[in-house]
Amino acid sequence: MNQADIRRALIDALSSVAPEGDYDRLKPDRPLRDQLDIDSYDFLNVVVRLHEQLGVDIPEADYQKLATLDSAVAYLAPRVGAA
Amino acid sequence: MPSLGADMESGVLVEWLVAPGQPVKRGQVVAVVETQKGAVDVEIWEPGVMDRLVVQPGTRVPVGEVLATLRDGEARPAAAPAAPVPAAPAPAAAAAPRPSVPVAAAPVSTAVHVKASPAARKRAEALALDLTRVPGSGPDGAITLEDVERAAPRAAEAPAPPAARAAAPADKQAAMRAAIAAAMAKSKREIPHYYLGTTIDVTRAQDWLTQENAKRSVKERILFAAVLLKAVASALPEVPELNGFWIDGAFRPSAAVHLGVGIALRGGGLIAPAIHEANTKSVAELMAALGDLIQRARTGALRSSELTDATVTVTNLGEQGVESVYGVIYPPQVALIGLGKIVDRPWAENGGLFVRRVLHATVSADHRASVGHRGGLFLAALDRLLQQPEKL
Repeated sequence: MNQADIRRALIDALSSVAPEGDYDRLKPDRPLRDQLDIDSYDFLNVVVRLHEQLGVDIPEADYQKLATLDSAVAYLAPRVGAA
Repeated sequence: MPSLGADMESGVLVEWLVAPGQPVKRGQVVAVVETQKGAVDVEIWEPGVMDRLVVQPGTRVPVGEVLATLRDGEARPAAAPAAPVPAAPAPAAAAAPRPSVPVAAAPVSTAVHVKASPAARKRAEALALDLTRVPGSGPDGAITLEDVERAAPRAAEAPAPPAARAAAPADKQAAMRAAIAAAMAKSKREIPHYYLGTTIDVTRAQDWLTQENAKRSVKERILFAAVLLKAVASALPEVPELNGFWIDGAFRPSAAVHLGVGIALRGGGLIAPAIHEANTKSVAELMAALGDLIQRARTGALRSSELTDATVTVTNLGEQGVESVYGVIYPPQVALIGLGKIVDRPWAENGGLFVRRVLHATVSADHRASVGHRGGLFLAALDRLLQQPEKL
């Protein structure tokens, strides 16, 4: 699984909770919460989906590392053994 | 047609889930109704046997109109021949007030406030005439028997309500905005609000939850919102003046805490369905109930009781980043609790200065039902409970 796969999995997880988001215009270095109007309940569901899709167990203390698309990919890559 | 909120004037019957002759039990979902706030499962509050389905699917009907009649299945002697006409058909779900919970009639349907003489009401009922559409000529515009008789032939000639179409999303949003506008305008017009706020140290409560969540799998994790709801639900019984309804000039306290939770809907809109008996639920149970409610609110699968039963409402706008929210009470409730964003702040305690995670909690309350001192006691109780999260 490479970085593009992770990015895709992340977008999949996000669009499952915020289907009306404009994913083409998502700024990768800006907070996802503000851009997609997701709340903590949505975010919890994103974490659950990432767990199911990628098999990564994200501890609560690391949630802040998933704030932006870029930071989330950077966080997840070593954990799913991405090249 | 039940009133599913103070702001509801009519609804579209989408589907019957029961057939004539079918026995129904208390709390059973019998129909689906489309409202300004989405599709709602309508429950019935009297056991019996469905008699006649008066309203056809696809029809828009005003609040208070009979949707179906119910006959009392048990009252009939078993040996008696099946009577074609039930002795006393009671209006079903819809119109029937819930016997054990007087507040269920609370959602203010327009019909309740129509001034009419008893004779006029009786005649209107016999004619199946909607009193809200009858011009009154009596004192204060009250409707007299003559007014009803005058209106009767016109009502009979009136065209049948147009079959409802599935509203386009834009219409729905406009309808929801209109519904919110009506409820909030009524609130500000009629309820003398008073507002209190206090800053609460939630460091201990958050640390406690972090430890709890560390033991839980991803799917079982609890949001801090559930801890806050638990504390609110536990504090409310200490100040019963904040929990209940103001109806017809009097406060009717509620023994149960049915906690309305403000949920923002995608694409705009707001809904505040209730978590029933929130004060008897554990933090984990509240989390499950909250998740379930948010999911169903966003997919439009709420139950009628969830939309009408809330005895008090909590808004957690802190989620969107504001530090304080002083809300507008949802009539006929008498209080709204606002929870702000959790932030790190310098905090002086026991002569020392610390950095603590704090939250600004507020209460907007109806001054007809409570005084500021009591509202203050509620916030004090909320603070106290949040300092001992393990006991929640």
